[in-house]
Amino acid sequence: MANEKSSELPPGGIITDAGSSERYHTGEWRSQRPEVDKDKCTNCLTCWIYCPDNSIIVENEKMVGFKYTHCKGCGICANQCPAKAITMKEEGL
Amino acid sequence: MGEKMAVNGDTAIAMAWKQINPDVVAAYPITPQTIIVEAFSDYVHDGEVDTEYVCAESEHSALSICVGASAAGSRVATATASAGLAFMWEMLYIAASMRTPIVMAIANRTLSGPINIHCDHSDAMGARDSGWVQIFGENVQEAYDNTLIAFRIAEHMKVRLPTMTCIDGFIITHALERFEPLDVETVRNFLGPYQAVRPLLDLKNPTTYGPIAMPDYYFEIKYQQAVAMEEALKVTRDVMAEFAEVSGRKYDLVDGYQVDDAEYVIVAMGSTAGTLRYVVDQMRADGKKVGTVKVRLFRPFPMEDMAKLLKGKKAVAVMDRAMSPGTGGALYSDVLQSLVGMDDAPLVINYVYGLGGRDVMPGQLTGVFEDLIKGNENRINYMGVRK
Ligand code: SF4
Ligand code: SF4
Repeated sequence: MANEKSSELPPGGIITDAGSSERYHTGEWRSQRPEVDKDKCTNCLTCWIYCPDNSIIVENEKMVGFKYTHCKGCGICANQCPAKAITMKEEGL
Repeated sequence: MGEKMAVNGDTAIAMAWKQINPDVVAAYPITPQTIIVEAFSDYVHDGEVDTEYVCAESEHSALSICVGASAAGSRVATATASAGLAFMWEMLYIAASMRTPIVMAIANRTLSGPINIHCDHSDAMGARDSGWVQIFGENVQEAYDNTLIAFRIAEHMKVRLPTMTCIDGFIITHALERFEPLDVETVRNFLGPYQAVRPLLDLKNPTTYGPIAMPDYYFEIKYQQAVAMEEALKVTRDVMAEFAEVSGRKYDLVDGYQVDDAEYVIVAMGSTAGTLRYVVDQMRADGKKVGTVKVRLFRPFPMEDMAKLLKGKKAVAVMDRAMSPGTGGALYSDVLQSLVGMDDAPLVINYVYGLGGRDVMPGQLTGVFEDLIKGNENRINYMGVRK
């Protein structure tokens, strides 16, 4: 929760700090979380291309998981995965 | 200075823009504003200005382009009227919220329906709460002067709010009147060079304009506009004083005429204010203690100035050239609010008038004064409608 006063914020709510969206944890919005079955995954990286929140973690050109601080659970990766390796699981169950 | 010419209100605004030479103008023509953008596109074509002139495909786009250009770091002007202003509705709020100091001329024209191209203030009243500073001009000279003043208010570092200057459609936009422009050097010195705040095109200091603000921030960002509007009251007063020094033309936020010893006062905005001074002169010649108040600055509303002028009067009529069906006009509410808590506040009644370009005759305004003198207590009246 923010505490800055109106007078402390830049006029018009502009953001003067490059890359500040990193600090905004869109992962808090998530109601479903993507999980990957690495036995099915072919590392085609389609999910990485499609993820709107840059939340597919890739190491050495391999898909290794999700950045849950910013994954907002939209399900696009699961929909796009050609190998049906990603499933969406309810959060908080 | 000193050169006198006869031009119409729209041309006077285009001439002001020519002298100002804004970086960007994006507009879409609509009667009765069209002359402004036509005349200005001639200046662009003839190389008399360096302005990037964008013929937008709609008013929504025109103001969107203005917002982007202003955020990018340019001095921006545009103009519209009526349905065009209504079509800008969404972007009006965004321009104010992003604190882009765009200056827009409004050739006041009614809103449909029935469809009608003539004057009333319903277009500008629709923008009343959008966060724009709103100035109303009475005549061709003020159309020009207010344009210059508007840039200084909008661009002031304590304000940074878009500003609209309104003139009555056809009555002022299309009527030839005597007019004295300032010379171009005076205009450019008065405005000074444009000072951008965090321009988008400054790649060394990257800035995001228009980010989302959730319930935890929206209210704080919105409150900034209320603070800026308060500043705009002071700034407008100062800018008008400075303008008087360079032009010899003295303006105030609200102008009283024969109000000092008046018992009955009519408050109005726009061209009707001129007719009212004529009516006051006629009635003063017959010994009637009448006066009139012209509202020049409508947003922010100069409540204290209004209260000072109306203190001690017996009765006041507020003329609204727009209506809010189901209640009185917007100017009426503001005048009433200005008088809250005043001892012996005058009786204040409302006249909705001149809708859809209905002519306003001096005899009708004399009739309003006579109503006041007779003690008309009917709160909301409709001047000249065939009921
Ligand atoms: S799209 Fe599916 S198969 Fe391709 S890398 Fe992502 S999870 Fe693996
Ligand atoms: S659920 Fe959406 S946000 Fe999360 S990793 Fe998949 S595509 Fe990205």
